[in-house]
Amino acid sequence: MKSIVQLKVVPAASNYGFVGLLRARGIELPPVSIETLQVNITKLCNQVCRHCHVDASPQRKEMLSPEGVAKCLEILERHPQITKLDITGGAPELHPGFDRFVERAVALGKHVMVRHNLTVQLDGHPQTGESKEYLPQFFAKNRIEVISSLPYYQEYFTDAQRGSGVFKKSMEAMQRLNALGYGVEGSGLALNLVYNPVGPYLPAAQAGLEADYKRELRHKYGLVFNRLYTITNMPINRFKLHLDKSGQYEAYMEKLLASFNPAAADGVMCRSLISVGHDGRIYDCDFNQMLEMDAVDARGRALSIFDFNFDQALGRRIRFDDHCLGCTAGAGSSCGGATA
Amino acid sequence: MSNYYESDDLKKFGDIGQHAKALADDFFRYYGNVTGTDGALTKREKALIALAVSHAQKCPYCIDAYTTQCLETGANPEQMMEAVHVAAVMQAGITLVHSVQMQNHLKKMVL
Repeated sequence: MKSIVQLKVVPAASNYGFVGLLRARGIELPPVSIETLQVNITKLCNQVCRHCHVDASPQRKEMLSPEGVAKCLEILERHPQITKLDITGGAPELHPGFDRFVERAVALGKHVMVRHNLTVQLDGHPQTGESKEYLPQFFAKNRIEVISSLPYYQEYFTDAQRGSGVFKKSMEAMQRLNALGYGVEGSGLALNLVYNPVGPYLPAAQAGLEADYKRELRHKYGLVFNRLYTITNMPINRFKLHLDKSGQYEAYMEKLLASFNPAAADGVMCRSLISVGHDGRIYDCDFNQMLEMDAVDARGRALSIFDFNFDQALGRRIRFDDHCLGCTAGAGSSCGGATA
Repeated sequence: MSNYYESDDLKKFGDIGQHAKALADDFFRYYGNVTGTDGALTKREKALIALAVSHAQKCPYCIDAYTTQCLETGANPEQMMEAVHVAAVMQAGITLVHSVQMQNHLKKMVL
């Protein structure tokens, strides 16, 4: 395994004028709703992916406090407009309060999504050794939507991005999910996969790639899933350091800028969700969170779950910077895949 | 200039319009229509053909550009390498089939 270095926040340098680009084209992108509460409950992960914008690793310790979990549940309970809870990390299942958080959100009638990296089922907790083999049954019992990264339907690209041995473990983990009905048509148990390019290039068209994944995974491994989401790599943190080191940062930013698509911009996810960090601070998205760009109200005050006000959050002005070019390039990119 | 084939020069492809803009516009329109859209062939199939041609023509700009284009259309390394083998085997075959010309002439030259 490569050495794991605690990384500082590395934003995209502000040379590409994303905000000016929106202004020049007369594009306004105010929030339209808060349908989804996305909560990053820990930066701890059993993997060290080379593109990870969270800089997650087995050494990270950040966790949302029990009070923070309780506050998120209170916000969900008080606001029927927020219909979805999207739990992410790190590997969110490594948070000690994960199971209870899921169960309580489900009991509130919320649609719960978990960003599940597949391998944590087999690796278990990297610090305590606690087994996580129960997860497929737990997900199925609570009818959770499982969203899992698999950067390609072959080992070479997957292991290059996510670490040696990840592809084989991912296939085994998917088998366990399929055995319970996940990804099986008509079961109501959704297993959606996420594709990320393994370098500084844009994703292929989502529909065509989904068809390739379905054909290859079924043919070679007997595996099924529901939908494939294509997500563009954000030029921040660990991926930006790779771009800098390999001398590809400028070329990648120019590619994103040249591929700017107003239709993709219209559908950016920050218009319909808010992102909560492990300390309870609120952000416009998970990328802004990692850059510590707090969401702010009309008076410039940082938003937090501890004094949450729905109208104030909905009335905020979304903060954009050059990394947002990643969400607006080509067919667009969001936690739910292409946006245009 | 210190070297031929500077990788940064790929960005200057559009500059071929200098002194002949109308012809360059015609070319880029044609180029975009052929390579930039799904037609009877998919964009991925076209990218793999272009990658093979890039190797046969030994164009480093094109090799870089179409390696990226293959990735951005969802191709995998096996498909890309196989496309290069098609180019290689065609070139070998073209060389070898010319030996028929050599054999024909040989027959004339030998009593």
